[in-house]
Amino acid sequence: MTAYLLRRLLYSAPILLGVNLITFSLFFIVNSPDDMAHKHLGDKRVTTEMVEKWKQDHGYDRPLIYADDRRGIARFSDTLFARHSLRLFLLDFGRADDGRDIGADIRQRMGPSLAIAIPHLLIGLLVYITVSLILTFFRATYIDFIGVFTAVALMSISAMFYIIAGQFLLGKLLHLTPISGYLGGLDGFRFLVTPVLVGLIAGLGSSVRWYRTLFLEEIEKDYIRSARARGLGESGVLFRHLLRNALIPILTGVVVIIPTLFMGSLITESFFSIPGLGSYTIDAIQAQDFAIVRAMVFLGALLYIGGLILTDLSYVLVDPRVRLE
Amino acid sequence: MPCNKQLVSKKSFLVSLVALSGLLFFGGCGQQLPNNPYPDSVANEKVLYSSFAERPKHLDPAVSYASNEYAFIGQIYEPPLHYHYLKRPYSLEPLTATAVPEPVFLDASGQPLSSDSPAEKIAFSRYGIDIQPGIRYQPHPAFAKTPEGDPRYLNLRPEDIAQIDTPADFTHQDTRELVAADYVHQIKRFALPDLHSPIAGFLGEMIVGLNELSSALKKTMVEQPDVTIDLADYPLSGVRLINRYRYEITIRGVYPQFIYWLAMPFFSPMPAEVTHFYNQPLLQEKNITLDWFPVGTGAYLLEENNPNRRMVLSRNPNFRGIPYPSSGTEEDRQAGLLADAGKTMPFIDRAIFSLEKESIPVWNKFLQGYYDRSGIGSDSFDQAIQFGDGLDASVTKALREKGIALQSSIAASTIYLGFNLLDPVVGGYSESQQKLRQAIAIAIDMEEYIAIFRNGRGIAMHSPLPPGIFGFKEGELGINPLVYDWHKGTATRKSIAAARQLLVDAGYPAGRHHETGVPLTVHFDTAASGPDAKAFLDWLRKQFAKINIQMVARSTDYNRFQDKVRSGQVQMYLWGWNADYPDPENFMFLLYGPNSQVPDHGENSSNFQLAEFDQLFEQMRNLPNGAKRQALIDEMVVLFRQQVPWAGGFHPQNFTLHHSWISNLKPSHLAHDTLQYQRIDPELRDRLRQAWNRPVIWPLVVIAVIVILLLLPALYLAWRREFRLPHGNRQ
Repeated sequence: MTAYLLRRLLYSAPILLGVNLITFSLFFIVNSPDDMAHKHLGDKRVTTEMVEKWKQDHGYDRPLIYADDRRGIARFSDTLFARHSLRLFLLDFGRADDGRDIGADIRQRMGPSLAIAIPHLLIGLLVYITVSLILTFFRATYIDFIGVFTAVALMSISAMFYIIAGQFLLGKLLHLTPISGYLGGLDGFRFLVTPVLVGLIAGLGSSVRWYRTLFLEEIEKDYIRSARARGLGESGVLFRHLLRNALIPILTGVVVIIPTLFMGSLITESFFSIPGLGSYTIDAIQAQDFAIVRAMVFLGALLYIGGLILTDLSYVLVDPRVRLE
Repeated sequence: MPCNKQLVSKKSFLVSLVALSGLLFFGGCGQQLPNNPYPDSVANEKVLYSSFAERPKHLDPAVSYASNEYAFIGQIYEPPLHYHYLKRPYSLEPLTATAVPEPVFLDASGQPLSSDSPAEKIAFSRYGIDIQPGIRYQPHPAFAKTPEGDPRYLNLRPEDIAQIDTPADFTHQDTRELVAADYVHQIKRFALPDLHSPIAGFLGEMIVGLNELSSALKKTMVEQPDVTIDLADYPLSGVRLINRYRYEITIRGVYPQFIYWLAMPFFSPMPAEVTHFYNQPLLQEKNITLDWFPVGTGAYLLEENNPNRRMVLSRNPNFRGIPYPSSGTEEDRQAGLLADAGKTMPFIDRAIFSLEKESIPVWNKFLQGYYDRSGIGSDSFDQAIQFGDGLDASVTKALREKGIALQSSIAASTIYLGFNLLDPVVGGYSESQQKLRQAIAIAIDMEEYIAIFRNGRGIAMHSPLPPGIFGFKEGELGINPLVYDWHKGTATRKSIAAARQLLVDAGYPAGRHHETGVPLTVHFDTAASGPDAKAFLDWLRKQFAKINIQMVARSTDYNRFQDKVRSGQVQMYLWGWNADYPDPENFMFLLYGPNSQVPDHGENSSNFQLAEFDQLFEQMRNLPNGAKRQALIDEMVVLFRQQVPWAGGFHPQNFTLHHSWISNLKPSHLAHDTLQYQRIDPELRDRLRQAWNRPVIWPLVVIAVIVILLLLPALYLAWRREFRLPHGNRQ
C-alpha cells in the first residue's frame, strides 16, 4: 500500500503543476499586472510611475512564463510563474497583494467554513440515506412516487431561492434565527441553523435520488434475496445487508469531498455573512488578488487529490476484496 | 432489570438532547430573542450597529483613499483640521490645530510677500500649524517603555509574541502626548517607495523636497537593501518642525485648496515609535501591521479588526472629549440637532460594523431593529419610499409606524456621460462638432434616466459643479440654456425637433452624413453587465434613436474599459467623480487640459483641451471664493456648455433611513469623524426590538403535525410489510 500511496503522490505533482499553469494563464488572460496595480492603487490620482513601482515591488514586472532576455534556467526561473506559483508546492502561500499573510488568513477562515460544512455533511448523510432507504423500502408504492416527485421538484429549484426563502421564513417571518452573521462558540449555534438547514433541503432532491438509485440496484441482488429467504425482516435486510454493500459508491461520493469541506461554500457564505474560505476566494477574485486566487485554487486541487487518495484507502476498509497495489 | 435500565437511560438521553436542542434553537443560550444576532448582555449599552459590504483594504492613513476605509479611520486618526458637523456649505475648523492656518506667500528667494501678491510672483506658500497641547494617543504597546526608558517591545523575539495576535494582547500598553513631530513624520512617510501612497505623486509635485526625499530613500533601498530606514535621518526641506507644538509645510506656488488636504486622513499624525514597532518582521508575519491596526488620538480606537466578519470601534479612554457644536442653521435647531450643544462627545461607547455582502439581509435586519441605519437598495425602494404630490420623498406608512425616518442629501459628486474629444466623429472643437454633441445632449433625457434607473434619486447636471460647491447656481440662472428652456418656473428639456435641427447643422440630416449618406453610429463603451446594464443600454439606444443616430454598446470588463479610457480609445463613456474637498477646483480640474488622460493619465477622461478654459481655470483655482471667482466660474461653465464635453449627467441623491432611537444625524459627504456626534437611546431600541421580534412557533408545530399525519399511513404500511406474512404475523 505504501508503494501505491507514493505513486499516487508522485502522480499528483504534474496535476498540481497543470492546475497552477491553467489558473495562472486564465488569470492573466483576464487581468494584466497593470490592471492589478490600478485595482490596488485606486482610481484617483494614480500616476504611471506609481503603477510601475507597485508592479516592481510585487514582482509583477517580470515576464509571465518565459524570460527571453535571460540565460539558462533563468529563462524559466526568473518569471512571474516560477516566482509566484511554484513555491506553493512548499505550502508557502506568501502574502496577499495587500500585504497580509495568506496562510494566517486561511487558518483563521477555515473554522467558520467547517462549522457549516461538517454539520451539513454529517446530518445530510444521515437524512439523505435514511430518506433514500425509506423510499427503497416503499419502492413502487405511492410513497416512493411522491418521494421521487418531491426530489425532482426540489432539484429543480435554484439554491439561491432556498437561501432567500430560508432567511425570510426562519429569520424574518418566524423570528427564530438570525438572518445572517456568525459567532464562534456555543452561542454561534443559532447562526448555523438556517444555513445548514437550507443546505440540507437544497441538496435533498439530488442526494436522495442518487442514493435511492444505488439502493435499488443493490436490492435486486442475490444476497438480498437470500437474506429474505432466511426470514430476515425488511428493515434488517435494508440496514444490515443492503446499506453495508452500497457503501462503496457512497464512499466514492463522500470521502472525496471531506477534504474540500475546508474550502467552504461560495454562495452560502456570502449570503449568510460567514467569514469562511468560500467568501475569501470570491473576494480575492473581485479584488484581482492573484496571490490569494492561486493559493486557494492550489489548495482546492491539493485537497481534492487528497480526497481521491482517501477514497481509495477507504475502499480497503469497507471491502475486504479490494487490495491497493 | 438491565433492559429497562438501558431503556430509561436511552430515554433520558433523548430527552436531554431534545431539551438541549430546544434551548439552543429557541433560547439561544438564554437569548431573549432567538433572531437577535447580538448577545443580550449588550442590549442596554450605547452601541451603534451598522454594516459594511466591502472589506477595507488599507487602514494606514498614508495609503487609505476610499470612503469605506474612511468610515473607520476617520474616527481614529485626527488630522489638524476637520469640517464643521452642521454648517453648510462645508467649512473647515481646527481639530487638533489651534486655528485654521493662513498661508504665508514667499518669492523665489524665500522672502515673504503680501497676501494680495499676484500668483505669478509667488514661488512658495507656507502653512504654519500649531497643535493643541495635552492631546494623548490611545493605549498602545508601541508607547510602552522599560524602567530604563527604552521601548519595551522593539526587537521582539519569536517567544515574545507566541501568544500575541493583536497589539491589544501585549501586557504593557501606554500612551504619550501628540506632538508636531508626529505630523512631520507622517508627511515624510509619503516618500517611502514601498508604502505606495496613492497621493505620493501628487503631493511630490506640491510639497517642497518630497520628491527629493523619495529619490534619496529609493537610492538607500537599492544600495543598502538590508538597512532599516529611519525617517528621522532624512530631512524634508518643505516640512519643518519649529517646536514641540508647531510645524510648517511649504508648498510650491499658490494652492489655496491645500488646507482641505489638511482635513483628510492623509495628514494625520503618526508617531515614529509606532512605525518602528510595526516594522518588526515578526509582527508583520503575524499580520500585525500599521495597515491593519491603526493608532490614533481620535474619539475611538479599533477594538476588533476582523474585516472578514466585523469591525468594532470603542471609545478611546485617552480621548480629551470635544464639545458638540453650538452653531447650526435654523433647520438644524428644528430637527433637534442642537439639543446637545456644548455637551462633551462622544455619546456612543462602541460601534459594531458587521460584514454584509448582500443587500437583502441588511434590509431585513434593519427592519427588525438590528441595524440602526440603512441605505435603500432598488429591491426595497418601493417598500420604503413614497412620493407625494410635489414629488417630495417620504417613508411609507409601514415604516413611519415603526418610527423610521428618512434623510436625503445631494452628494458632492457628479456622474456624467462623457465624449472623448480626441475622437474624430464626436470629438473636436469645430462648430459642427459642437452642434453634434449638443444634439446628443438634448436627446439623452437625464430626468428620465434618474426616474427609471435611480428611483428619482438625483438631480440632472447643468454644470460640472454639484449643489453645495461654490459656483453652483440654482433656478433659472443655473440652467444650461443650450439644453433646457426655463418654462413656468422649471427647467424643461428642449424639443427633439431642436436636437434634429442641430444635427442638420452639424452635417447629419436625418442621422446620415450629408455627403456620403452613411448613417451616423456612436459607440458607447461600458464595463457594466447584467440585466440592469442591458436595460440601461436599451434605454440609451432609444435616446439616440430619437434623433436617428445608431448607438452601439461596446461592453467589456472593467480592466479593458479602464485601458480604453486611459488610451483614449472610447467615443462615449459613463464616469463619475466624488469630491475630495468642497471647492470648484476639484470638479473643474476634470476638464483642465494638462490633466488629460491622454497622454498624462490625468483625471480629464474626456481629454478636453481648450486653451481659453485652461486659462480661466488657472486664474480661478488660486482665488478665494468671491465675486471674482464666481465670474470666472461662470465663464468656464459657458464654455463647458458650448463645447459639451459631457453629454449629460446627474448629481446623486442619497437616501438614508434611521430608527427613532438614533439622533444627531446629519448627512455629510466630506466629514469623516461623524460617529462621535451621534447619540443612541438603547432602552428604546431594546423595547422596540422585543416588540418586533417575538418568536413565532406555531407554524413549526403545524408542520410537524402534518408530517406525522402524512407518515401514519406509511408507518402502517411498513408495519404490515415488516410483520404481516401470508401465513400470519412475523414472530
